[in-house]
Amino acid sequence: MADDEIRDEEESSEEKTKFLFIFKRAPHGAIYPYEGLEVILIMAAYEQEITAAFVDDGVYCLKKGQDTTGIGIKEFAKTFKVLEPYGVEHLYADRASLEARGLTEADLITGVEVVEAEEIANVISAQKVILPF
Amino acid sequence: MLFTVNKSPFTTENLRSCLRFAGKEAPVLLYEDGVYGAQAGTALEGFVKSALKARAIYALKEDIAARGIDKLIDGVQVVDYSGFVDLVAEQNVCPWI
Repeated sequence: MADDEIRDEEESSEEKTKFLFIFKRAPHGAIYPYEGLEVILIMAAYEQEITAAFVDDGVYCLKKGQDTTGIGIKEFAKTFKVLEPYGVEHLYADRASLEARGLTEADLITGVEVVEAEEIANVISAQKVILPF
Repeated sequence: MLFTVNKSPFTTENLRSCLRFAGKEAPVLLYEDGVYGAQAGTALEGFVKSALKARAIYALKEDIAARGIDKLIDGVQVVDYSGFVDLVAEQNVCPWI
């Protein structure tokens, strides 16, 4: 391998890797969304570029006013609101998924960007690593 | 970006959902129960055929054989495990599980 190539690899390894977390499931029917949130918090230690997208039933994870005291499960929607210090710059929610479920932006926790599927498709195609939850 | 789907399109919306978010020409690989989407003569054949106009759809040979699927929708490309590895090696992967 030429010296130039080695140098290129070293340089690129210093760049942040783009990670996308895709949430497709409702929050309390399976452990996946909660695990996804845990992984985001762990990933924060590596200082990478993290984005989260919520599609299909995943948009239910962002519903405000969830009271889980009666089912004995931690309410974690509010944690999504405070992820910016963990390197999560964008939370995207798919507009069609919300509309199909009778929800609007006003039903969601703050800090969510409601976008069209095409925009999420563009976000997906720009990623290096995609983690589905 | 290669999208992968491993659930039956008759029990989940994964295949439809995946195609909503896959870029215009992004290829899709069906494996495990996802290969039921590649079978000819199902209620989804028209949907899969229209998806094929814009993108490549692959189905995993071993999973097709394991399920006794003997007729595939025209245009679906069959790959074996080694072909699967080649596809994954040459592009990033978005697992739509």
